Amino acid sequence: MAHASHSPLGGKLLTKPFLVLLIFALIGGFFIARRFIFGLGDVTHMSGGYPWGIWIAVDVIIGTALGCGGFAMALLVYIFNRGVYHPLMRPALLGGLFGYTLAGLAVVIDLGRYWQTYNLLLPWFAQPNSVMFEVALCVMAYIAVLWIEFSPAFLERFGLTAVRDKLKKYMFVFIALGVLLPTMHQSSLGSLLLVMGSQLSPLWYTIWLPLLFLVTALAMGYGVVILEATVVTNAFALPSEQRILGRLSPLVAWLLGGFLVLRFLDIAYRGHTGLMFAGDLNGFMFWLENLMFLGATVILGLRSTRTNQRLMFLASILLLLAGSLYRLDAYLVAYNPGNGWTYFPSVPELMVTIGVISLEILLYLVFIKKLPVLHGVRPVQSH
Amino acid sequence: MDKHRRTFLKRAAGGAAAAVASSGAGAFPRREELPLPPNAIGMLYDSTMCIGCRACVDACKEANDMPVEQPAKFSDWNQDTWDTAEDLSGRTLNVIQVYADGTKEHKDEVENGYAFVKRHCLHCVDPSCVSVCPVSAMIKDPDTGVVTHDRDACIGCRYCVYGCPFGVPQYEFHDPFGQITKCQFCIHLQKEGRLPACCDVCPTGASLFGLVEELQKEAEQRLAAKPGEPYVFPRGKLGDDKYPPHEAPLPEYEPYVYGVTESGGTQVRYLTGVPHEKLGLPEVQAASFASIAEGMQHTLYKGMIAPLALLAGLMYFAKRSTRQDSDDED
Ligand code: SF4
Ligand code: SF4
Ligand code: SF4
Repeated sequence: MAHASHSPLGGKLLTKPFLVLLIFALIGGFFIARRFIFGLGDVTHMSGGYPWGIWIAVDVIIGTALGCGGFAMALLVYIFNRGVYHPLMRPALLGGLFGYTLAGLAVVIDLGRYWQTYNLLLPWFAQPNSVMFEVALCVMAYIAVLWIEFSPAFLERFGLTAVRDKLKKYMFVFIALGVLLPTMHQSSLGSLLLVMGSQLSPLWYTIWLPLLFLVTALAMGYGVVILEATVVTNAFALPSEQRILGRLSPLVAWLLGGFLVLRFLDIAYRGHTGLMFAGDLNGFMFWLENLMFLGATVILGLRSTRTNQRLMFLASILLLLAGSLYRLDAYLVAYNPGNGWTYFPSVPELMVTIGVISLEILLYLVFIKKLPVLHGVRPVQSH
Repeated sequence: MDKHRRTFLKRAAGGAAAAVASSGAGAFPRREELPLPPNAIGMLYDSTMCIGCRACVDACKEANDMPVEQPAKFSDWNQDTWDTAEDLSGRTLNVIQVYADGTKEHKDEVENGYAFVKRHCLHCVDPSCVSVCPVSAMIKDPDTGVVTHDRDACIGCRYCVYGCPFGVPQYEFHDPFGQITKCQFCIHLQKEGRLPACCDVCPTGASLFGLVEELQKEAEQRLAAKPGEPYVFPRGKLGDDKYPPHEAPLPEYEPYVYGVTESGGTQVRYLTGVPHEKLGLPEVQAASFASIAEGMQHTLYKGMIAPLALLAGLMYFAKRSTRQDSDDED
């Protein structure tokens, strides 16, 4: 076959990790059912002061950033025309597919009046000034685009190469949308916070929020690709992608460096440097985030990292933790509605988030085993 | 990288940088703030006049068909008499809260004193809740300025709850089919020519209904007069004689009308005897948050020109790249 470069991994589906993930997904499912029967208050600790909990902050705000691998790689492969990165494209898309699809699922679970969700699509209800309106439409469209971008893997699997070739002619449209839409809504996830004003600590609240969110989304997208490539190639003894990753890492280091410089200069410019040293929780979180960002930047910038899988792995973990924490802080930790409100997720609430993430990894495993996703897999005879 | 690609990318990056730079460097284009509507109605709440009877809380419940709340911890002195809700919630649109310090001897004093505050929707002039709602479920009446909610449009995203600078809208978390609740200024009563229930029932005129501009004049008049002098306090509706006014010595006010500037101004305004922060009325900047957020959106998405231009460029390069490598693989 002409497309032997991507092939299914094959192998058993019902492995131990699979079963563990399945159990977590089922526990999550149980609490999701309770949410629909007894209401949001039955399973979550959300309140009038904290109307958004971890389902939004983690599953959606962080989850979609972790799903930005496809976006980040498409930018590199197709727009900057860096064909060398091509082998990383499909697994990255797959990660994005699940990151976004399940974020969409989390939104529906979280919406207080989910049975009216379609109002978003009715022109007479549209409110284009609302950042939420833009995010909602953009994310819905992007989920569709991701499935289309990924569809060649299905079509190949089921031998529909004619359809695939036809689709390929128009793929450039979807690739372009696949870069445009995340650029729009990932920056808008930052803009969503612009209306918070004094409810958000000045260490996070800035007019640059859209840009900072866009940059972290891209950086986290590359972080996921690096992590995915190192973990998957190791776990399944595939040929290492180290050479390609080595070329990617300095790029990411530059991106992160830019983020840090902008963030610190902006805080200094607005005269809030003192808050960094206030010795409170916000100050602590601020340094934790930025030291991890800095760690990732330095490691990825080192020449020796380019040939060192372990360092690469460490850097990607630091980067993903830092980016996730930045988003969690901006949406929950550094947000203070006043009047004595506090929030900490309940156990069922956490279990739903863990369940959704488990489902994500579980589906990823099924897909790479059954569909031609990975690159450089030796043809498996029986599957 | 070929030359076209490089120029396009440079331009795209330059454009983005310029857009963000122009917005960051102080000259950020905020959307123009909304003006006070022509027949803006509102409320003046005078904390020093409030005796904390909570008659308004009870009346509000009745007028809006909301369940009475009687937290167990007050049950020894309050058996099925009065609503004693402690905070706004899916069941409570209006609440009286108390500031208390030390021995709580003196009304409207910070030290060893106490003071009351009434909390409900402030009917902002440029409301965040209207600006953030994706489905136009929050609407500001262009004539009276009353901010209402349409539960049949609402998808329950709770962005309005998150974004309101005064913590007003609430969601009924304990109902599987919960809705957003907030004070809608009793428009259903007003349509019948009646007063908002809380102003109608207030025995001292602490909650006073009227036109915002007249209420503001009234507030300024109280601030300008000398503390201790006798003053005639209207009740119910300003400029209406449904309820006779009453005379009392003017208290010592904080020299500030809360709600004139806060987040672009509000139609409910406050006079207080202790600083407003003590009463849980947050310190809020003058520029409306809605005008900041929308200004950014409008800059980035003006007529969708930038996104469409970007899309065209992206398609061009994606097409070139896919054509190039369609020989080896997809
Ligand atoms: S106080 Fe809150 S709910 Fe009321 S109009 Fe203002 S933003 Fe909306
Ligand atoms: S919860 Fe309802 S009213 Fe509030 S912003 Fe969302 S859709 Fe609009
Ligand atoms: S105006 Fe009506 S709904 Fe609003 S607080 Fe007063 S009684 Fe309650």
